[in-house]
Amino acid sequence: MYHIISIRDFERSDLDHLLDRAQEFDTGNYRPGLLDDKLLALLFFEPSTRTRMSFAAAMGRLGGKSISVDSVEASSIVKGETLADTIRVISSYVDAVVLRHPKEGAARLASEFTSVPVINAGDGAGQHPSQTLLDLYTIRQSMPIDGIDVGLLGDLRYGRTAHSLALALSLYDVTLHTVAPGGLEMPANITLELRERGMEVIEHPSVEEAIRELDVLYVTRIQRERFPDSASYYDVASSYRITTDLLDDVKERLMILHPLPRAGEIDPAVDCTPYARYFEQARNGVPVRMALLHEVMK
Amino acid sequence: MSRKDPSGGLIISPIKNGTVIDHITAGEALNVLRILGITGSTRECLSIATNVKSEWMGTKDIVKVENRELRAEEVDRIALLAPHAKINIIRDYKVVEKKGVEIPEVLRGVVRCPNPGCITNTNEPVASTFEVLDKGLHCLYCDWLIKDDIANHII
Repeated sequence: MYHIISIRDFERSDLDHLLDRAQEFDTGNYRPGLLDDKLLALLFFEPSTRTRMSFAAAMGRLGGKSISVDSVEASSIVKGETLADTIRVISSYVDAVVLRHPKEGAARLASEFTSVPVINAGDGAGQHPSQTLLDLYTIRQSMPIDGIDVGLLGDLRYGRTAHSLALALSLYDVTLHTVAPGGLEMPANITLELRERGMEVIEHPSVEEAIRELDVLYVTRIQRERFPDSASYYDVASSYRITTDLLDDVKERLMILHPLPRAGEIDPAVDCTPYARYFEQARNGVPVRMALLHEVMK
Repeated sequence: MSRKDPSGGLIISPIKNGTVIDHITAGEALNVLRILGITGSTRECLSIATNVKSEWMGTKDIVKVENRELRAEEVDRIALLAPHAKINIIRDYKVVEKKGVEIPEVLRGVVRCPNPGCITNTNEPVASTFEVLDKGLHCLYCDWLIKDDIANHII
């Protein structure tokens, strides 16, 4: 059975294969109704807009149907049921399960109790592999992934999308630049792992110092709850804000990505520049998730 | 239990049945007892020697527990603290089995994940699972890496 749990489980060839498949779905190069006899369970025990809807949209585009649980309150979890029992039962109703859960390792646990494939749609501060695939897909639409400089900006300590993306990029010939507020730097064990995988990781004190070297700038949300008060949050957040002034003399092919939702990290004026690619990135969630759903249920 | 040695001190006597754990890293004997669940309120007859001179290790600790043979998971836990320990099983005063300890590739239910957000720290029916790497213990659920102070995380 094929589960999608962590980007650590992937070889480069697996990623390339899924990106190729996503491109075929994106360009309409597929037979309609590929999953028309299949049913998907969307189990979201944390809030989500883009991920949940794009999985539902992807399943619909492939001709399949989905059923969903949209919150802990609406499930038997409030009665004390374990995730293991929930997965055992739900997996007997459907052909695949997409799971978002607040605890790290939840999807790995689910894969041990399910009778159908499980796709991790985010587990706490852990992994979010389908987001990483659509990040890679968006980069690859504009440039080869090998040989580029990618900057990660924002909350690199708790941001699961940044961790997953960095690990995936380490399978390619990429130089990684990191910029994070004090206390929100990339965890040392992840930086060590990236370097052990042969990746060059350069830490910068400010985005101004790094931005002219970059082909991709990946911005993540600085989470307000990580700060003791609003004033210290605004102090930090304002110093990590991408504005049009910052974009003078950047590389022509620079692309700015963001997993969204944004909370002020990117000035809306940047949306009108050719560098802003985050809405296109969000749109790519559908073909990439079509590729994942088809891969696990074909 | 013990007899006088010529210098007037006490020498720990041999045990009839039980386990002698030798070559414990000096200073870890009390942690070994904790792993074995031996406290002041348990009934095992116990001898402990700490910082004993050892040609091979410099200093070492020794623990003797009467009427108890160790289970495999207890040996796994001891291996984490004292990788050079030797386990001697004693029956009728004779060493019937002598074995070293070996840290297994995967530790299941031995170490608690320090990550409060890890799914293994909930009421789910799974045991913590760590793979043993050169750089530390890697949680196979949440990817947390325990690099030091392993004794404090042993269940």
